[in-house]
Amino acid sequence: MAAPLSVEVEFGGGAELLFDGVKKHQVTLPGQEEPWDIRSLLVWIKKNLLKERPELFIQGDSVRPGILVLVNDADWELLGELDYQLQDQDSVLFISTLHGG
Amino acid sequence: MLCCRKLTPPGLLEWCSPSEQDVQGPQRLPLTPGDFCLWSHACLPLSDTEPAEARTGDQKCVKCKEGLPVVVIRAGDAFCRDCFKALYVHKFRAMLGKSRLIFPGEKVLLAWSGGPSSSSMVWQVLEGLSRDSAKRLRFVPGVVYVDEGAACGQSPEDRARTLAEVKLALQITGFPWHAVALEEVFSLPPSALRCSAQEAAGTEGAYKAAVDSFLQQQHALGTNGVERQSQHCAQDPQSPAGPPTTAQTQALSRLFDSVKTLTAKEELLQTLRTHLILHVARNHGYSKVMTGDSCTRLAIKLMTSLALGRGAFLAWDTGFSDERHGDVVVVRPMREHTLKEVAFYNRLFAVPSVCTPALDTKAPEKASIHRLMEAFILRLQAQFPSTVSTVYRTSEKLVKAPRAGCAAGPRCLLCPLSSSLFADSATAFGAQTSHLPQMQTPVTQARAAAGPCCCAGMGGAPGCCKREDPRAQVMEQLSYGCRVNMKDLPSLELLPPYILSEAQLRSQRATAEQEIREYLLGDSEDEAGTGES
Repeated sequence: MAAPLSVEVEFGGGAELLFDGVKKHQVTLPGQEEPWDIRSLLVWIKKNLLKERPELFIQGDSVRPGILVLVNDADWELLGELDYQLQDQDSVLFISTLHGG
Repeated sequence: MLCCRKLTPPGLLEWCSPSEQDVQGPQRLPLTPGDFCLWSHACLPLSDTEPAEARTGDQKCVKCKEGLPVVVIRAGDAFCRDCFKALYVHKFRAMLGKSRLIFPGEKVLLAWSGGPSSSSMVWQVLEGLSRDSAKRLRFVPGVVYVDEGAACGQSPEDRARTLAEVKLALQITGFPWHAVALEEVFSLPPSALRCSAQEAAGTEGAYKAAVDSFLQQQHALGTNGVERQSQHCAQDPQSPAGPPTTAQTQALSRLFDSVKTLTAKEELLQTLRTHLILHVARNHGYSKVMTGDSCTRLAIKLMTSLALGRGAFLAWDTGFSDERHGDVVVVRPMREHTLKEVAFYNRLFAVPSVCTPALDTKAPEKASIHRLMEAFILRLQAQFPSTVSTVYRTSEKLVKAPRAGCAAGPRCLLCPLSSSLFADSATAFGAQTSHLPQMQTPVTQARAAAGPCCCAGMGGAPGCCKREDPRAQVMEQLSYGCRVNMKDLPSLELLPPYILSEAQLRSQRATAEQEIREYLLGDSEDEAGTGES
């Protein structure tokens, strides 16, 4: 049983346009059986934060190619990508590289 | 027990745990090594060797072997923050340095769109200029920003707000800046489409000599030097201080609304933007323009250009330097930086950028060829991390065919590259050219019937009779790719006047040349040419 987690979710590079233009979201993830990882966080974001066009943010069970994910300012590829387990007060940043030039 | 090996950074081998149904060969036969796992992330052959121990968290930077890595570049190289910055800056300066195209003291215009790549480029220039004298960048920069809000359907309030943010950011740089609205294409002169004679490219010796004399000048003037003079931010005194007129904004919106496909809109936008930036550069004496196209964007652009029929011009569209405009050379110093590196750098080192919605914001994947190609390449890159670099390396090998870039021969009206395929009947392009006389709208049919046919006595050169038709006039001056785009523009009268008048001028000139060709004496009689009359 995982305790509720408080994480900061941030969007940049144009991704915030899918979230009403709001860049920073302080969210509290409810306690649940399995520990929270990025995969389940994405499902949660899709259900609770994403306002429109989910296919522009999420593809399958991961983010759309072209969207970078940083956890505490480090590349998620170093941390196991979708399987990284979130800890309290983590900061997850989604940057879209597709917008603008 | 057969498992699939998912491709991950080195040292972090991971086994996916497929269920029985997933791991099956195509004929549902018992599995053997070499069959493929059906999970979408893998597509690697099955193997029955044991996986390596999964290691997490004790990776070190591959360069300095000490720092904690923060970013993974290329296929699995993890870098710490300082090594990443060093690599990034080095790539930028090496790109500029090895090309030896930018002479010391030269005026260079930085094309800034507000997006991450161009912001990063402007920031690199800013930092590069402020280094100690030995390694300092030596050119004189200015920044141009093009407000495309009208073409993208932004409201005037949004545009004003964006412009205020932009001006603030520009003032921070301290460079002389020019903020122009895309509507100004309606007041461009036809000379914007003409290319001046090309300057002779400097030789190796010329570059070194220029650098030496510049350094000597520096010593003579003292260290504070002359650069500081141009650092005060000055708004362009010639452009109108206020926003563009409503009439121009409406004309631009009408033009873009009339274009039928998003692909053609994007191409038209790029063309108009390029012309405008070149005009600003010429007006203020800039001899180079720097754009922030990144590696990823250029790879996408290469594939898109192929799909759009611009294969002949790939070397100019995606190479480091683009000299097709003659007096102003476009360079792309961010050519080796991927979008991922750019985004990371901007985040880690707080580079300011202004995000504005573009034409294809929130457009679905199949809305345009550009979007489709972008999705294709990025999806492929996610599974095969060497995709973008392979495309990039291929583009480096493209050689500019001398006859296509030189001044001789007909040049396309919009992308001023000379197309040697203009009259070649073997290509689809040539076939199109010969069919042009059949393209007539009812309106222009009446107009063409009015004036006398200019080819009386010429014996039917194709397309001659229809030179009064403005649409045919423009279309026959275009290269294949531009022509395909213009097909999606039902009425060419909405185009800015400079394009239409230049097309008319060139068409009339061509007609006149054709008429007097048979009267020219001497060498012209030996020319093979088209005139058999």
